[in-house]
Amino acid sequence: MTGAAATALPAARARWLLLAPALLILAVGAVGPLAVVVIYSFLTPGDYAGVKWIFSGEAWVNLFLQQDIFDDTWQWADAHLSIFWRTLLLSVGTTAATLVLGFPTAWFIATRPKRSRSFWLFLVTVPFWCNLLVRTFAIMQLIRNEGVINTILRGLGLIDQPIQMLYTDFAVGLGMAYVYLPLMVLPLYASIEKLDFRLIEAAYDLYAGPWRALTRVVLPLVRPGLVAGSILVFIPALGAYVVPRMLGGGNRMMIGNLIDLQFGQGRNWPLGASLALFLMLIVLAALLLYVRQVGRGDARNG
Amino acid sequence: MAERVFSVRRMPGFTPMAILVFVVLYAPIVILATYSFNAGTSLAIWEGFSLRWYASAWQDAEVQAATFRSFGIAAAAAMVSSILATMAAIATTRTAAFRGQTFVLAMINLPLMAPEIVTAIALLIVFALVKIATGYSGLGYIVLAHTAFCIPFAFLPIRGRLEDMDQALETAAADLYATPWRAFRYVTLPLLWPGILAGFMLAFVTSLDDVVITNLIAGPGQETLPIYMLGQLRRSTTPEINAVSTALLAISVLLVSLSFLLSREKE
Amino acid sequence: MKPMRLSLAAAAATLALVTAPGAPRAEGVLNIFNWGDYTSPELIKKFEAKYDVKVTITDYDSNDTAMAKVKAGGHGFDIVVPTSTVFAVWVKDGLLLESRPDQMENFKHMDPRWVDVPYDPGRHYSVPWQIGTTGVVVNTKVYQGDSATWGVVFDPPPELAGKINVAPEMNDILDSAIMYVGGQPCTDDKAVLKKARDVLLAAKPKWLSMNYASPDSYAKGDIAAGANCNGYTFRARLLNPDVHYAFPKEGFPIWMDNAAILKDAQNVENAKLFLNFIMDPENAAMLSAFARYANGIEGSEKYLPADMRDAPELNPPEGKGVFLHTCPPEVNEIMTRIWTEVQK
Repeated sequence: MTGAAATALPAARARWLLLAPALLILAVGAVGPLAVVVIYSFLTPGDYAGVKWIFSGEAWVNLFLQQDIFDDTWQWADAHLSIFWRTLLLSVGTTAATLVLGFPTAWFIATRPKRSRSFWLFLVTVPFWCNLLVRTFAIMQLIRNEGVINTILRGLGLIDQPIQMLYTDFAVGLGMAYVYLPLMVLPLYASIEKLDFRLIEAAYDLYAGPWRALTRVVLPLVRPGLVAGSILVFIPALGAYVVPRMLGGGNRMMIGNLIDLQFGQGRNWPLGASLALFLMLIVLAALLLYVRQVGRGDARNG
Repeated sequence: MAERVFSVRRMPGFTPMAILVFVVLYAPIVILATYSFNAGTSLAIWEGFSLRWYASAWQDAEVQAATFRSFGIAAAAAMVSSILATMAAIATTRTAAFRGQTFVLAMINLPLMAPEIVTAIALLIVFALVKIATGYSGLGYIVLAHTAFCIPFAFLPIRGRLEDMDQALETAAADLYATPWRAFRYVTLPLLWPGILAGFMLAFVTSLDDVVITNLIAGPGQETLPIYMLGQLRRSTTPEINAVSTALLAISVLLVSLSFLLSREKE
Repeated sequence: MKPMRLSLAAAAATLALVTAPGAPRAEGVLNIFNWGDYTSPELIKKFEAKYDVKVTITDYDSNDTAMAKVKAGGHGFDIVVPTSTVFAVWVKDGLLLESRPDQMENFKHMDPRWVDVPYDPGRHYSVPWQIGTTGVVVNTKVYQGDSATWGVVFDPPPELAGKINVAPEMNDILDSAIMYVGGQPCTDDKAVLKKARDVLLAAKPKWLSMNYASPDSYAKGDIAAGANCNGYTFRARLLNPDVHYAFPKEGFPIWMDNAAILKDAQNVENAKLFLNFIMDPENAAMLSAFARYANGIEGSEKYLPADMRDAPELNPPEGKGVFLHTCPPEVNEIMTRIWTEVQK
């Protein structure tokens, strides 16, 4: 890149002109509305829907504390806290599950002959681009009481009553792991592919077994991929809506469903707004953590 | 028993696990697709091969309307977002770091990271206010929302392709006294074109797929295919929904395959 | 660059097509906002043919979602169908048009019992859509005990624990819980409300789901028992004869959904035609035949399908049903808070 390549380096003004339309659409269609959410989170709920333009910090307090319905004492908002906890647990669980399942898969793809690798990658990515509703529905059909798994198990005589799998926390976790698995595999693959296998060879030469080679040599080297994959799964899992709604049965809420409830039967738009911002804050915190990790990792690997 | 060749590339148990993962990844979809050809009404008991559900879905006026609408929205959103993403990619790739770069990249990637339900309620509130102010209540809102979140999806392959491109050709064009616009039009664009198409298809599939945002902001008579399916899932579930789902799957797979083929580096 | 130009042009055309406001192909348009799976497609076809109007139906799954969407503004709907339990709020908040169905041609067919309802005396705003009850549903293959009590849902026997679905409709379920602990719906007795809340929260872990699941959830064994509406159960029974609907002895809610025109509707004339249309006995019978509930129009019985006349779901015992209407705002506030606790 030299001065003569003026055509490849747009002048600053040209650059911002080029960026302007995209930024405008994003501002109107994604960022701007968030500002409105912030405003709404500081208002009072309307009687049956909507808001009253009266300032109130209650929506933020109600995230964690609420007044008991009958004796007005301040207590922990148990229902909210249990939903936050369930969301966190399920998201961490999903990340762990996809890590355990995704690592061997990424390893497998990275160790295929070079020409077929993109085919395997393609194979892993395709389900991800399929409609989320369809994939969740597909899982539902597998695990419901008259679904495929139960029918096969009963046909084989292994059980005589169907196992209740649908509408449980397990179903939600399973659904999320299924949906987000490709997101874990891709960054892991990117890292593993860059591995210098001579280092592993060296480990074996020093009489390390596969397990030690894995934990002491491979994992530290693929750390950027591990972290990237974890973030790519953890963050969407936190904000999941469709999977818990369809597979959870309506009373196994995650934060996304709780937010949605406030705009329906919950009749508390400001609380819905504050919950949404709370979720965004957690997501941003996770992202910040990731960026820091990446910074440190790069420094270490040189 | 032949001795297994020792290879540093093998980890015990990884290959079987990987194969299992692939199977598990595709099994639900394959089963869904299989039962869409079920002659009976059950979603778990096979009663023979039949195309009746595809026929009934094809003739259902609601399905037709929703499909046409979904495709129209996706085409519009994908087109606009591809153009905008191309412009943004050119402006931010292969350049020295500039002031505001982090901000710009953060904005572009925001829809990827923000939970959909958050964006959905934000748009619900804002669009409602706009609807009252302007009285317009057409499909424009949905197209705008889709365009916004399609931009990052179109951006990625375009940017990737741009980064891989050899700048020597553009430099050569400049040396031959081409103006920036001509260099772009006759050198960069043709080389970039597969990336743009790939981005277009990814954006198209993403728009087609959207449930949460569209569900919340759609007005009367603006039912898209996912909204229709969400409604159907609450009613008596027959394999007709399998048929619609499988058709949608097939289209997504086709588009993604094309996108993938297009973004492969030409040897 | 020809293929590029072509695709750009095609895309531009699609953009124009898609963003232009939908041009109705018929003489007029009517946008109905109703509960999901609640409007007879045959009825709509008949209406469309008779008046050359294109009808769209958008679903909602709770009264609150409906009100939220309407209050948010810019909704574009003409007709909405709120339940008796919230109707007075819609009127009070000025959301409905005083369309005077009582002055329409078919008003003479109205069942006189349902003309003067507390939330719309004299029917200045609305026309009855369907009337129903909420009760206990049981799959008799799983549970053979006495099902005519709310204890099945609020204090489930071991065979049913973990297999119960409760319809997420606040007024129906909360009022049933109140009756179960001995109170009356819309009571402001805090002790009674507290007991009802505790009963619900204690029962909740034993419920499988709180969904408006499809009728074939019972048919396919996903659920073994629950609290649901009679028409819905009727449809489930048609798919699986083991499904049984019971009217609990502690009392059960009777509710009525009413079709009304929104104040900011854009197709008022078509909406009025529609309200008049559904007061015709034959058309009211079409609604009932689809959703399997009773309707408020006299003379529709002779058009109903035979299996509806003797259906146990449509023949409640005398005296135990309580017609639900809108509770006073303070009571409603407490009820909403209790219900949000239960939903979470």
